[in-house]
Amino acid sequence: MNFTVTSEINNKVATLTLVGSLDSSSAFVFQEEIQKVAVQSPVEMVLRVSELSFMASAGLRMIVFAKQKLGSQVQIYMVSPQDQIIDTLQMTGFIHSVHIVDKYPE
Amino acid sequence: MAELDFDTRIDYYPTHEHQGIKYRRGHVLPFGATMVPNGVNFSIYSSAAYSCILVLFVKGANEPYAEIAFPEEFRIGNTYSMIVFDLDFELLEYGYRMDGPFDPESGHRFDKSKILSDPYAKAIGGRDKWLAPPDWDNIYSHRSRLVFEDFDWETDKPLETPIEDLVVYEAHVRGFTNHPSSGVKNRGTFAGAREKIPYLLDLGINCIELMPIYEYDEYEHSKTNPETGELLVNYWGYSTLNFFAPKSGYAATGKYGMQVDELKTLIKEFHKNGIEVMLDVVFNHTAEGDHRGPTISFKGIDNNTYYMLTPEGYYFNFSGTGNTLNCNHPVVRNMVLDCLRYWASEYHIDGFRFDLAAILGRAQDGSPLNNPPLLESLAHDPVLAKCKLIAEAWDAGGLYQVGSFPAYGRWAEWNGKYRDAIRRFLKGEEGLIGELSQRLQGSPDLYSTRGTSAGINFITCHDGFTLYDLFAYNEKHNEANGENNNDGNNDNFSWNCGCEGETEDEGINILRHRQIKNALSILMVSQGVPMVLMGDEMGRTKYGNNNTYCHDNGLNWMNWDLIDKNSDIYYFAKHIINFRRNHPVLRNRDHFRNSDYKNTGYPDISFHGVHAWNADWSKSSRVLAIMLDGGHAKNGYTTDDTIYVAINMHWEALPFEIPQLPENKNWHVSVNTDMPPPHDFHQINKEAVLENQSSCILGPRSVVILVGK
Repeated sequence: MNFTVTSEINNKVATLTLVGSLDSSSAFVFQEEIQKVAVQSPVEMVLRVSELSFMASAGLRMIVFAKQKLGSQVQIYMVSPQDQIIDTLQMTGFIHSVHIVDKYPE
Repeated sequence: MAELDFDTRIDYYPTHEHQGIKYRRGHVLPFGATMVPNGVNFSIYSSAAYSCILVLFVKGANEPYAEIAFPEEFRIGNTYSMIVFDLDFELLEYGYRMDGPFDPESGHRFDKSKILSDPYAKAIGGRDKWLAPPDWDNIYSHRSRLVFEDFDWETDKPLETPIEDLVVYEAHVRGFTNHPSSGVKNRGTFAGAREKIPYLLDLGINCIELMPIYEYDEYEHSKTNPETGELLVNYWGYSTLNFFAPKSGYAATGKYGMQVDELKTLIKEFHKNGIEVMLDVVFNHTAEGDHRGPTISFKGIDNNTYYMLTPEGYYFNFSGTGNTLNCNHPVVRNMVLDCLRYWASEYHIDGFRFDLAAILGRAQDGSPLNNPPLLESLAHDPVLAKCKLIAEAWDAGGLYQVGSFPAYGRWAEWNGKYRDAIRRFLKGEEGLIGELSQRLQGSPDLYSTRGTSAGINFITCHDGFTLYDLFAYNEKHNEANGENNNDGNNDNFSWNCGCEGETEDEGINILRHRQIKNALSILMVSQGVPMVLMGDEMGRTKYGNNNTYCHDNGLNWMNWDLIDKNSDIYYFAKHIINFRRNHPVLRNRDHFRNSDYKNTGYPDISFHGVHAWNADWSKSSRVLAIMLDGGHAKNGYTTDDTIYVAINMHWEALPFEIPQLPENKNWHVSVNTDMPPPHDFHQINKEAVLENQSSCILGPRSVVILVGK
């Protein structure tokens, strides 16, 4: 399934909507979007991922990339991830890098 | 001035093309497949191949999508290297074909029809899930893969805990949590083990030693149990396919190719909780067997380099498994070094235990070396400088080096003599008091110049009886292994306490529990580094099977319900482990001097018997007491309570006269294994004052530990 990402920034909160399958062939698209919003120094990042069906290793790394690009003080929220994504985040430990929430703002 | 970046380097653009795949000359080092800008650098060694072909697959595909021959100008010396561009890192599987002579007498077994796994591959695909039925017609079963090396370790690094302060817990990743009673979400995996970290912390463990986690094939030599029809497999994993790749089947995320992340997350979490991680590594042989075995990697890449061969071109078998890795060949030596550096730096591993390590000290013709270059290199390597290096100091070829393993001031050993002596003493053999005193002191007879921490003390390990079985079986019962009970060790030094196997006899069961507590007590008060076998803290049984290498079932899975069934053992084990952790006087690095060099009025160690200051060293004696003066703790660098340990392995109760403490101190009872639970121990810092400060009765076959404070 193709991957798409769109972004917007409101009140210093960067919101990215991810759809499809995020793997090594699409991770760079996500990375470019992170770099794009990072320029505006957001204080929080919200990832709307309810329609993200799969996240491979390369995709997980983009979360760490975002942390490092934005700074560790910037909190990252994942909104409504699918169970399989949550499992992957848990088993690989990446879940510690994000806040899993049902909606944002909570 | 504009800065140049990678993209502007002229050597990261392709110069060649094959079926639309672009490539160019690569970098010779590092060996293996390395991500570089825009592509992957492949490099491999072979001293005798005529030519080499890189074979590329899409993950899981039956046939390769490309085979690219290395042009002659890409070969430098005996290495072939190439950068291939625009590969999908996550979907790529690769291997090699090597063309060369098939001349076994000369040591060469090239076969270009085989696709060979890269010895430096960082992950292996194809068997992603534990025990998933293999496709036996697969033309390439164990597929080299790429991994991301950019794990976010944050501030983590190897813990560098002084080795004498460790309490090691030997565990099998799958066996640790695969039993349904474990209650974890992902049973039998790295993720499952992570859920049990609080348990280990509570038990007092600060080092976990993982039985082999390098990629291996559980189907190697698999067979059916003729009696039960059950599949018997290579469960323990002492047969390496690849030295750089973690076992995919141990990862809940193996099916997604994320085993590296899952394992690193586990290690990071262990470290966060103060627990070191050691790996049991098997460099003595590989999974390719002898001349009848499969060609998976080394055999087809450079048989003559990687294996010790007889003059006729057959395989030396010092490992007892068919072949012997040629560890002191310079190329193999470098591979071992590269491998351990990789695990130390990329996985933050704290130490390594080398299976059948005596082989690492053999020359290429199999003879023992006086100054083995591999062992010396490992001892002095800058990356491994703070890693623990522990040898299983013997091999299957008869080389036994406990006490004499070439140490270079760095190596420690599994102390097999400790195991045997303590077992024999516990079962009541006579004539062992002299040896017992050596073992309790950290075996100065074996390690006079190397200190106490040269010895890893253990009574049980994966090989042999569990601690419970040591006191429940006189003989091994290995029928379930399908080898007519011919496999496994016959010298177990065990004693069934009066009945072979399970019994309803209350007296026997009480005695067995007491013997387990005696064993744990002796282990935890001995100088040196104690190692506990997974499950011994809860009375785990393998029903008398002392060689469960092939069982993926309850014989090897730890049944967590035993915590309740044998709660007295579990609580006692927890107490005695934490007792050791709380008392530095039990954890010296250097040997005792048998003198009062701190002027406390007591020597650092003194020996006693039923009479204070007068140990009975006679042949028929089965009693010994030691007193460790707290003023000499940690070789005098700190202070502690004084500890008195009295051991009675006589079958009758005996009165022990206790040495007198200074006037302002009293003896307190920490342990009395003769007492029924919960009175067999007292909580640390809540010990009861000993009623009679000058003597106590030791029950038959029991241990008393007193704290003077």
